[in-house]
Amino acid sequence: MARMVTTRNKVISTAAAWLVGFLIFFPILWMVLASFKTELEAFAIPPSFLFFHWTTENYVTVQERSDYFHHALNSIIIAGGSTLIAMLIAIPAAWSMAFSPTKRTKDVLLWMLSTKMMPPVGVLVPIYLIFRTVGLLDTRTGLVFILCLGNLPIVIWMLFTYFKEIPKDILEAARMDGATIGRELIYVLTPMAVPGLASTLLLNLILAWNEAFWTLNLSTLEAAPLTVFIASYSSPEGLFWAKLSAASTLAIAPILVLGWFSQRQLVRGLTFGAVK
Amino acid sequence: MGQITLQGVQKSFGPVHIIKGADLDIADGSFVVFVGPSGCGKTTLLRLIAGLEDVTGGAILIDGRNVVDVPPAKRGLSMVFQSYALYPHMSVRGNIAFGLKMAGIAKDEINRKVEAAAATLNLTPYLDRKPRELSGGQRQRVAIGRAIVREPKAFLFDEPLSNLDAALRVQMRLEVTRLQKQLGTTAIYVTHDQVEAMTMADKIVVLNGGKIEQYGSPLELYEKPANLFVAGFIGSPKMNFVTGDLAKQQGAATIGVRPEHLKVERDGQGGWHGTVSVAEHLGSDTFLYVDAGPQGMLTARYIGELDLHPGDKVSLIPDPARIHRFDDSGKSIHA
Repeated sequence: MARMVTTRNKVISTAAAWLVGFLIFFPILWMVLASFKTELEAFAIPPSFLFFHWTTENYVTVQERSDYFHHALNSIIIAGGSTLIAMLIAIPAAWSMAFSPTKRTKDVLLWMLSTKMMPPVGVLVPIYLIFRTVGLLDTRTGLVFILCLGNLPIVIWMLFTYFKEIPKDILEAARMDGATIGRELIYVLTPMAVPGLASTLLLNLILAWNEAFWTLNLSTLEAAPLTVFIASYSSPEGLFWAKLSAASTLAIAPILVLGWFSQRQLVRGLTFGAVK
Repeated sequence: MGQITLQGVQKSFGPVHIIKGADLDIADGSFVVFVGPSGCGKTTLLRLIAGLEDVTGGAILIDGRNVVDVPPAKRGLSMVFQSYALYPHMSVRGNIAFGLKMAGIAKDEINRKVEAAAATLNLTPYLDRKPRELSGGQRQRVAIGRAIVREPKAFLFDEPLSNLDAALRVQMRLEVTRLQKQLGTTAIYVTHDQVEAMTMADKIVVLNGGKIEQYGSPLELYEKPANLFVAGFIGSPKMNFVTGDLAKQQGAATIGVRPEHLKVERDGQGGWHGTVSVAEHLGSDTFLYVDAGPQGMLTARYIGELDLHPGDKVSLIPDPARIHRFDDSGKSIHA
């Protein structure tokens, strides 16, 4: 009897999970479908779900009107560059705080996090003026710089929690075994921290890729990443649903693929330390 | 060679003095155990010798050379940690070989040494396994293998057996002692378990509150404890202490008698009278907890079975030759 109830419960919860999953996924599916419709069909009422005139003309138009690959390359450089620099700064920072903490380490960490609590719009004007003065407006360098600074606190926090989980004894054992700091890093710490480093890297890459506030405000064309590319399709002349959908699909495609292949790392990264 | 000398070694963490000046001479090839209650500084002292902590004052000499400014790896010591501290991403072979690899030794020599160490510790079938695939005892053996393969001047053991179950602990205790005798390498062993201390040590260092209370062979500590602390710490069950007039008659502030030196007699004459409050029958021994009125609670140990039960009246006669006397400051008085 008990067993039957369990099975039924399992079926119900599985179905519920699929339903919730589908609801969350639906807007993305709808966007992808809309990108293959004509502009007229895209906002037709009642909407047609699958039986419409499939076309790829939106993609062609989008590529003609604005150079997708130019923006995609910008996105890759800005997201990748800011992530790499943030990692390079964060690894030694988190390392020192995790392995030789002082009385103020907690305060420093909280202070770093507190910078994330300020709404970015609060510093938009000063940052804009600084960028204009030093000539960083609409440059990839400028965007790499600002996104790197923006995500640095989160990267340091994530790495700090990972490093904290590595038992100090093991590093001391390595030291007794004759490893120098450098070799300790290469042979012992890094292999043990790889899962943590990988998920931090991925998460930060996604955050930087999706970042829209600074990229929209500090770039126009030259350095504009895909966020600006999407935004350019909601223009004052009106919304072009099908083209906007095509642009958005193109913009999220790379990160969606990356996320799909690394979902296990990501989930582990986000729940690390919480579940043991 | 592995002669280790401590001269006035001190360690403070901020305003807290953990080690308040330790002097010690550890002979080459001897097995020395640091024992004491938790927080007495025994692990800190070991870590100071290892070089994992810096001394606040004093000198540590290894074979006559002061090593206080020498990094851990260059001191020629190896350490076995309580948590084993194996490298989780390396195989057993990798774990044992790591120190040799860091020392830049040729590959085939490393292999030869690792296989010899593995054979000594019965680890040969597990050489290609990861630590997580091993049992607690096997992990401990790998940690010991990692220590012996480097042929150090001395082994440092930090409570290495406390994570094992009781039966395995006894077995590993024997193995560690046998291995140390076989290799003839100096060993310093930290434990809070006085049975481990008594059975394994050539010499025991009793630590309390960051000070060395006594340094001597297990039987010296048992027969001639330097003070009340050592007298109470060494021996199980604990030594009985009696103060007041009885002690004064003996010319001491406190007298102590070990439970095994109290002769138990039913309604006997002389000695100290009392009522049994708890009797523990182990077959081989009988432990009696006796309420002896003015003398307080006394513990007596009888070898063999003694048919006594709570409420029975007994008299306890201390062996006059085995009465320990202590002065006001707790120091031993020797006749």
